[in-house]
Amino acid sequence: MTQRLDVEAILGKTPAPEGSGEPGYTVLAKGDHRHEIDGDLLEVAMGPHHPSTHGVFRMDVALDGEDVVKLKPVFGYLHRNHEKIAEGVSYLASMPYTDRLDYFCSMTNNWAYALAVEKLAGLDVPERAEYIRVITAELTRLLNHTCLIGFLVQDMGALGTPLMYAFREREKILDLFEALSGSRMMCNYMRFGGCRVDLPAGWLTAAKDVVDRFGGFLDEYEALLSGNEILMARTQGIGVLSAELAVDAAITGPMLRASGVNYDLRKVDKYGIYDRFDFRVPLGDHGDVFDRYMVRVLEMRESLKILKQALKEIPDGPITSPKAKIRNFKAPKGEAYGRIEGPKGELGFYLISDGKPQPYRYRVRPPSLINLTILEDMCLGHSIADTVIILGSVDIVLGEVDR
Amino acid sequence: MNIPGKGIVTGMAQTAKNFIGSYVSKERMTTVQYPEERVPAQEAARNFPFLVFDEDPEAGLRCVACKICEKECPPQCIYIVMKRDENAKPSKQPETFDIDVSVCMSCQICVEVCPFEAIKMDTEFEYGEFDRFGGLLLGKDRLAKSNQYYHKIHPTEAAEVDARLDEERQAKAAAEKAKAAKLAALAQKSKDADKIVANGKAEKK
Repeated sequence: MTQRLDVEAILGKTPAPEGSGEPGYTVLAKGDHRHEIDGDLLEVAMGPHHPSTHGVFRMDVALDGEDVVKLKPVFGYLHRNHEKIAEGVSYLASMPYTDRLDYFCSMTNNWAYALAVEKLAGLDVPERAEYIRVITAELTRLLNHTCLIGFLVQDMGALGTPLMYAFREREKILDLFEALSGSRMMCNYMRFGGCRVDLPAGWLTAAKDVVDRFGGFLDEYEALLSGNEILMARTQGIGVLSAELAVDAAITGPMLRASGVNYDLRKVDKYGIYDRFDFRVPLGDHGDVFDRYMVRVLEMRESLKILKQALKEIPDGPITSPKAKIRNFKAPKGEAYGRIEGPKGELGFYLISDGKPQPYRYRVRPPSLINLTILEDMCLGHSIADTVIILGSVDIVLGEVDR
Repeated sequence: MNIPGKGIVTGMAQTAKNFIGSYVSKERMTTVQYPEERVPAQEAARNFPFLVFDEDPEAGLRCVACKICEKECPPQCIYIVMKRDENAKPSKQPETFDIDVSVCMSCQICVEVCPFEAIKMDTEFEYGEFDRFGGLLLGKDRLAKSNQYYHKIHPTEAAEVDARLDEERQAKAAAEKAKAAKLAALAQKSKDADKIVANGKAEKK
């Protein structure tokens, strides 16, 4: 005999109104999934060593049969005290730590932090450095999105093949980063008021070559995936996130745009020199996993457009501001918030300075963490296999979630 | 008209193309059999710092033990003690210079902050050790590498550094020359003054 659970106490949700014709209790996610609970719940701890969780992340799910009725994300396994460490070391010494936030996108992390410090200290960035920043940031977007799609379809059971193709292309971009900054992933390349070193000889040609070939790869990748019936069946209508909820929960990046909200900091803030480039912001209609996949594919094509323009127009000149200095850098008293459109969403750094060589307060606004907050709302009512895909489509990196 | 299964067949065709392509095209077969085969390191590649010396690995170290890198190192993996002579007078040499490469994150902040071009990034990455703590704590003897080695791994950068150091040396020599000339002039002046004073005294007498 099954026992009725006190659903209200467990879930904090209201039962279905009487006379609505629905038996038992109904759990309403903020979308329109509803699920009837009748019977015992099975609690499963997915992670922290579950291969689908993209790192050390745990989801405590309550299951009714196959379906999720409750989901609690548990994170913090990779907490490294980033913000507190940054308050004890010089401004420059935090730069390599920002690489390790979202370790796929060190270039954009560097940029966001450099932007915050530049705002704080009132430093200008030379033209050429701005172009280099745009180029590296868009290359980062390419590699982040290809890998994300690889991981996403891997979660769906396409074991290896698409991910390995993504990694093959990523390798070319990482080689460019290595030639430029000396390191493939932990680039530590941007500096306050510019970039660390100038482009090495032949780098632009190599970058042009990679960018020109990338379109062909995307065609191949899309032929492999976009029309695939299994992918469509697994992703369409799954994990729907309504535009209202997305805005309320401060979701940013491709997640938000897949829900149909036109908000891209490159267009809104026009930080750096993004107002010079001609590109469009792809938007989704349904806010489901497929839209999130598709928005990222289209974003990569727009990134290629930006890259082609930037690589053509990049001027000669200095790469660091003459006012910038490496040793004894001190920011004047004040506060600043620098934000950029990272591949995963709005990445922001908030700094308060009291005039000392170390920041008084250092705060990161990580897009992965904030995009993760609505995981339960997206997963309720879906089966456990879909949960994995929905988590995959959020695009989290635990280095950034836990900091 | 959508034929059922068309997407899957197209995808399979892509996979087949890549599979067959991997036998004929370098573009599609990108992996190498490490450690038998290696991808040559890029010129800018960096992995763990080393100390540059000019001629003698002990006395020729460019490091003056100013401890700027020790202070700036984000994970605090550098440990320096300055050499002192028997009268406890500091000499511009490191007595101890240790880098714990198990802590080092190859960020090259030490290289950037060094005003003496004394510490540079290596490309060596195979530092596997059975001894977990002692083996990865590299002392001055293991860190010291010659300028020739630096030229070998980062030719462009090393040439720039050498040019800069030469310029500094010349500027220093010029400054010293100017200083010596100035001193000589001063000495001449004071000699003249002495003469005048002496003359004055003689007149008084």
